[in-house]
Amino acid sequence: MIHNDVLERVLGGALRTGGEFAEVFVEDRRSTSASLDDGRVEELGSGRDRGAGIRVVVGDTTGFAHTADLTERGLTEAAAAASAAARGGGGGVRTVALAPAGSAPAPSFRIPPEDVAKARKVELLQRADEAARGAGSAIKQVTVGYGDSRRRIQVANSDGLLAEDDQVRTRFSVHCVATGDTGMQTGYETAAFTVGFELFDRVQIEDVALTAARRALAKLSARPAPSGVVPVVLKGGSGGILFHEACGHGLEADHIIKDSSVYCGRVGDRVASPLVTLVDDGTVGDQWGTFAVDDEGHPARRNVLIEDGVLTDYMWDWLRARKEGRDTSGNGRRQSYQHLPMVRMTNTYLLAGRDDPEEIVRQTPQGIYVAQLGGGQVNTATGDFVFGMTEAYLIENGEITDPIRDANLIGNGPDVLGRIDALADDFAMTPGTCGKDGQAVPVGCGQPTLRVTGVTVGGTAGA
Amino acid sequence: MRDLAELARRIVGWAGDGEQVEAYVAWSRDTSVRVYGGDIESLSSAESEGVGVRVVADNRQGFAYAGSLDDDVLAETLAEARDNASFATPDEAVGLAAPDGVEPASLDLWRDELAAMATDDKVSMALELERRVRAGDGRIRQVESSNYGDGMGHVALASTTGVEATYRRTGCFLSVHALAGDADQTQSGSGYSVGRAPDDLDLDEAAEEAVDRAVRLLGATKPRSARLPVVFDRRVTSTLLGVLSGTFSGEAVLKGRSLFADRLGQSVAAPSVTLVDDPTDADAYGASPYDAEGLACRRNALIEDGVLSRFLYDTYSARRSSTSSTASAVRAGFKSGPGVGCRALTLTPGAGSFDDVLRTVGDGLLVQSITGVHSGVNPVSGDFSVGAEGLMIRHGQVAEPIREATIASTLQRMLLEVIAIGGDLEWLPGIAAGVTLAVDGMSLSGA
Repeated sequence: MIHNDVLERVLGGALRTGGEFAEVFVEDRRSTSASLDDGRVEELGSGRDRGAGIRVVVGDTTGFAHTADLTERGLTEAAAAASAAARGGGGGVRTVALAPAGSAPAPSFRIPPEDVAKARKVELLQRADEAARGAGSAIKQVTVGYGDSRRRIQVANSDGLLAEDDQVRTRFSVHCVATGDTGMQTGYETAAFTVGFELFDRVQIEDVALTAARRALAKLSARPAPSGVVPVVLKGGSGGILFHEACGHGLEADHIIKDSSVYCGRVGDRVASPLVTLVDDGTVGDQWGTFAVDDEGHPARRNVLIEDGVLTDYMWDWLRARKEGRDTSGNGRRQSYQHLPMVRMTNTYLLAGRDDPEEIVRQTPQGIYVAQLGGGQVNTATGDFVFGMTEAYLIENGEITDPIRDANLIGNGPDVLGRIDALADDFAMTPGTCGKDGQAVPVGCGQPTLRVTGVTVGGTAGA
Repeated sequence: MRDLAELARRIVGWAGDGEQVEAYVAWSRDTSVRVYGGDIESLSSAESEGVGVRVVADNRQGFAYAGSLDDDVLAETLAEARDNASFATPDEAVGLAAPDGVEPASLDLWRDELAAMATDDKVSMALELERRVRAGDGRIRQVESSNYGDGMGHVALASTTGVEATYRRTGCFLSVHALAGDADQTQSGSGYSVGRAPDDLDLDEAAEEAVDRAVRLLGATKPRSARLPVVFDRRVTSTLLGVLSGTFSGEAVLKGRSLFADRLGQSVAAPSVTLVDDPTDADAYGASPYDAEGLACRRNALIEDGVLSRFLYDTYSARRSSTSSTASAVRAGFKSGPGVGCRALTLTPGAGSFDDVLRTVGDGLLVQSITGVHSGVNPVSGDFSVGAEGLMIRHGQVAEPIREATIASTLQRMLLEVIAIGGDLEWLPGIAAGVTLAVDGMSLSGA
């Protein structure tokens, strides 16, 4: 994208006023989106974002500037702005020599989105709409979304690192509204991977549509969720958001360095049930949170965070790792060239156990069974977190019975992780979008079927 | 800076025969400062610009955007939007807005002082805010971040249907996140101050807010489950109104996704509830002379004395509903086309103070913050369940703190069970004003 000579000169210039580290992050992103709503293909959209973000680090201070002007003049001006923001004093000229860095194996895509006619993308929408409406006459509304993006990045820094990645992502989602005597209910399903249009060779869009429709229909007869502490069985692949919120964010090194996480200073301690081994892994196949190099140019890695219930490590980006004199764990990510990188999760998952998933339900006299989770939120400093259920049922006498309405569950991270008493041998992952400090990045979450002995369910019915 | 209006007109001038074209051109300059431990953690300053183009041809609409205003990019963006239009389902209601004779409100949303402010002064404010929070109470053990941010933006909109709108605005804010406690327990609290110019910002107010909110939760425990009245702090009310806003969208009504679809003219809230969206109120954070299609913004009353009185429309949803636009088109910058939304929602405040509301309630729960709004509130079914922390109310006064609990009801019931609205209206960032609000019959889930 940008020639090495230019990058070397821009980096040298960025250090002229005393910077200790400088970095140029170049991004060229093209995206397509298409939506069908109310039976109509409403709009196709195309987007182009191209620019560079430059940061200069002096001591504990980071200066940052970005520009959409990728000429040498534009980059030099942005470098000067970042350098001024970092308030370097004195200094002197430093020369920078770039050399290609290693990377994790890149997720391969076969069919780049730009090679696919828009008409084929539109046709998918119509097929999904038809399938969802065919699920039952109570399905009154269907929204189908298609999106693809191709993001080329180039990272060069004053340590001589030079890295590139070409990230292709494709997603497909269906949202249904069912209407009955008790009002309206919604159902949602999404398929998203770090692949091109070949996504649709393995994902049957009719299945995606039927799953969303079935969720909305089931909830028409849903009872209010219980209120109070109850045993909860989470279906394998129901979201994994439990771990993302209960400990994922709290294990990000930026929270650790500021002593604003309940997991601070706990490496080597038991922080979860011995059943729990938690991994964050940016190299898993073509999952939604997979990439070859992170947004600081370092290879994606598989990092074990909790092993048999004992905290083994946190997640690190370059800046926080430097402070502690260690290596980054490949978790430096940013939403776009207009944002500073920070510590982010990739694909975060719990390793499978040995129990039979059906047996776990049978061994649960009373409780709730959660088949799909929505989003969540955590306060890393207190460890309190919520996560929402969007498809759930009562468990009565060891059997899954009536559907229940949407509600949040609330718990405290270390407490809930200690209450996991059964872990099945099934496993599945789901895609999601993680928001932190105003930046959204694609992530994956995975987990086998498991049971938590008690979590507070925020419904309205007496428990 | 380039002449954005001229650019927008130029793109519109490239329209072909029988083709409607709209160009939305935006420029902004933003600065953000984060300090930590008495030092600058990060400082960023940058300009961005871009264009969003809509094309309507043969009753079909297409959209494209680009984060650049270079000539070749503008032409490519128009070509993409034109190509995209050819794949949409033909729909006679599709079309761009045409001027409807309503004059835009005279709003002065720009402050030269902000543009002239030195970066050093911005850094100083963030450092001073951090210092005041640390000095505010001995139990503050950490200031996670102290931030100053500002932005100034210009927008120009033009279309082949005769729309020409330009406006500019400035805004700035302070925010701080404090942690209180010791090795045994930590609680957190945040404080904010927002305005259009630095003079509007109140360092003391932001600092005190963060300190009070963190410190008063120390010793919080998980409460017992109960059904009780809940008093929402102003900030929480603003969030709730934001969630509720989608149910007034004429587009949601049209598409069978609004829980108020068949309720126009009916009682949907307690008689004390009057809810208005008025972007022409200069005090509102979301005030704007024009909507996202270039029509003059206007005052729209949604609920009057408890009765549902109006839905909001953009041009497309209005045509499909055989009515006219309420100038309620919004968009998330140049990267998306218009949709229906609110800009300046407010409950008409009552007469009493915050303390009066607590006395009215007697025994209940004061909620100072909620979590999981996106995962626990379903604006289609109305199911409402969020994480909550705050203070119990006993005999009309705040009592012990609580945490790790949820509150639940449905949006429909909550509106009907409003028992008091405070007189303490405050405009907050986002699309809705804050005011103390008391709602009966909420389920508190805890131990």
